[in-house]
Amino acid sequence: MDFSYSEEQQMLRDSVAKFVNNDYDWDTRVAIVASDEGYSKDNWKLFAELGWLMVPFTEEDGGLGGTAVDIVGLMEELGKGIVVEPIVPTVILGGGLIAEAGSAEQKEELLAQLMGGELQLAFAYNEPQARYNLADITTKAEKSGDNYVINGAKAAVLNAPNADKIIVAVRTSGDQRDQDGISLLLVDKDTAGLSINGYATQDGARGGEVKFDNVTVPAANLLGEEGKALPVVEKIIERATLAVCAEAMGAMEMSYKKTVEYTKTRKQFGVTISVFQALQHRMAEMFIEHEQAKSVVLMAAMKSDLAGGVDKKAISAAKSRVGAAARLVGQESIQIHGGIGVTEELDVGHYFKRLTTIQFTYGSTDWHTQRFAEL
Amino acid sequence: MNVDFSPEELAFQEEARQFLEEKYPKRIQNKVRNGIHLEKEDWVEWQKILAEKGWAAVNWPVEYGGTGWTPTQKYIWANECAKASALEVMAFGIKMVAPVIYSFGNEEQKQRFLPDILNSNVWWCQGYSEPNAGSDLASLKTTAVRDGDDYILNGTKTWTTLGHFADWIFCLVRTGAPGEKNQTSISFILCDMKTPGITVSPIITLDGHREVNEVHFDNVRVPAENLIGEEGKGWTYAKVLLTHERTGIARVANSKVRLEGLKKKAAETSNGGPSLMEDSSFKQKVAQLEIDLLALEYTELRTLSAVSTGKAPGPESSILKIKGSEIAQRIDELNVEVAGYYCVPFVKEQFMEGFDGEPVGPGTAANSGPVYFNNRKASIYGGSNEVQRNIIAKAVLGL
Repeated sequence: MDFSYSEEQQMLRDSVAKFVNNDYDWDTRVAIVASDEGYSKDNWKLFAELGWLMVPFTEEDGGLGGTAVDIVGLMEELGKGIVVEPIVPTVILGGGLIAEAGSAEQKEELLAQLMGGELQLAFAYNEPQARYNLADITTKAEKSGDNYVINGAKAAVLNAPNADKIIVAVRTSGDQRDQDGISLLLVDKDTAGLSINGYATQDGARGGEVKFDNVTVPAANLLGEEGKALPVVEKIIERATLAVCAEAMGAMEMSYKKTVEYTKTRKQFGVTISVFQALQHRMAEMFIEHEQAKSVVLMAAMKSDLAGGVDKKAISAAKSRVGAAARLVGQESIQIHGGIGVTEELDVGHYFKRLTTIQFTYGSTDWHTQRFAEL
Repeated sequence: MNVDFSPEELAFQEEARQFLEEKYPKRIQNKVRNGIHLEKEDWVEWQKILAEKGWAAVNWPVEYGGTGWTPTQKYIWANECAKASALEVMAFGIKMVAPVIYSFGNEEQKQRFLPDILNSNVWWCQGYSEPNAGSDLASLKTTAVRDGDDYILNGTKTWTTLGHFADWIFCLVRTGAPGEKNQTSISFILCDMKTPGITVSPIITLDGHREVNEVHFDNVRVPAENLIGEEGKGWTYAKVLLTHERTGIARVANSKVRLEGLKKKAAETSNGGPSLMEDSSFKQKVAQLEIDLLALEYTELRTLSAVSTGKAPGPESSILKIKGSEIAQRIDELNVEVAGYYCVPFVKEQFMEGFDGEPVGPGTAANSGPVYFNNRKASIYGGSNEVQRNIIAKAVLGL
């Protein structure tokens, strides 16, 4: 049992922390969020140069062979700056699916592009009715000669407007919620019949509703085995869950620290409001919540590494505990700031928004608490 | 960063298990498992067995008889003890006064007191709180006035846990006028409970037992050689002790075992339909508790790991006190919920050694109330949870 970071892990964390501190101040983030793409292509290039896009992939696939603990380190530090560049959609989800299910050729071609910073991905799995049931898929793909023809709609697809390729989870057989019969297909962004109703997300990223109207793709675009994709999807969603938990760790740390600092400068009744015990105990509670969440996330990462991939029960514990902590820390950061906390201008409100969207993606707090009890 | 045990650690785990299986008296184990009230002899008997093995003082430096264990070994030991329902070593000697003696006492004091603490030849109690010095401990008023080779003690100490068993008491006393800061005239002194002028009077707690006492000092003469370190430094010593003493305060291993017991009982209990463990709202409460306990467990492990790399446990260890007590109390409360009507009968005798009457209710159900009522103390003692939040606000957040 060992709770210290290795030298490589510390270097990665330091490198991300340095970027967030030096190159991602609040005004920079505001400008990036307001830009057309909603992320900085220069930053993305820099991430590729720094090797961050290689972290989760095996050395065999040309990556760094990072562990779950490594990914947690990367995401925690990014969370401190609530960095909007699409690491989760492109690297963790899209790249993860290709690495997990792709053929040698697919991996060689696509992962090289991805790690080189030349490929943006989005994973279209969720549907309007599905909520957190990954098997609830109605979007159909029918074999037609050497092609698949896709029809259906996908909801809240992160990074869809910027994606060069969309990986879509489709039903190639079976009924709506069947475990079997789910497949993954790669769809180029300019394929006829594909339409994306793109939007900004609450937390400063980009997403979209994606429709497939007789979208025809070659059978060679199948990722993995036909009809057998669900376990792959589940595994990759678990990893994304852990990744956003780690991101929330970083965001919570900044939220409570910014709140503490603010109370030391804000004066009311002739004194800084930091002297009021009614506020001090609430900030102590924010600190405790963050520490408790952090402990479970590290536990989930270590247990996942020990299990050689993902430990579902540990990840549910993490998501449940992070969700409760994120809610408390986020809400209290706003309350303690007072009116300024609900303005668009101030950063804490945006940390609160990210901490909120994390609670309701990849399974809500209650959903994971229940799953924890079942496993 | 990893959570698995090395082959050496697994071997240690096996050794610990075997030792507990062979040497932990079944008589005491049965008492703990059945909620039977414990007596002084139970603790003394078990600690003597531990001392013989060299495992009584887990955290002491090796030179005084400590184990020299790594944090992982301590974690393994705590978990194995909890699984075996082994009594925790009584804290007052081993965990509270001894670290002050070996850290701040002179050579003579170390030789005089430490071996008897280790071997449980002397039972210690704590003289900190006073009727008017609770959370504001530094306002304590018990005086120690120098008179030749002695100090003369006057005042009252309270909440003295198992003080009626004690041979010795360690006290915080005032050795001078309170200065600008109350803390600077407090000293740390050891006192034989047989000294003339000491009277011990019982306080009965909500479970109906004599667990705590008031200890009165009426012109009690204590040799000056019993003073630890320097006059006026007692507060500093006590504080150092407190941060070191927090390892284990979370009582994670104990709560883990109790939570398993709770789940087992809940699975056998129902309101006519499915069991409580299949009841969605009860199940949700248990799951949240279990997740919070995991969070606490890993927070404690992170703290221990930091200590092993040379860092002193900092004020963040207040988390362990707050969360540890809250979680233990939530388990108590759910045990009451599982007991249902059987939380009502107050049948103290049923949970005394040698009871041979007709038992009321299944298992320990009728003991769930007393445990719940009594353990409201957990968020109050050792610095109330509100005081802990003050510590975090001040020492961690700089407020």
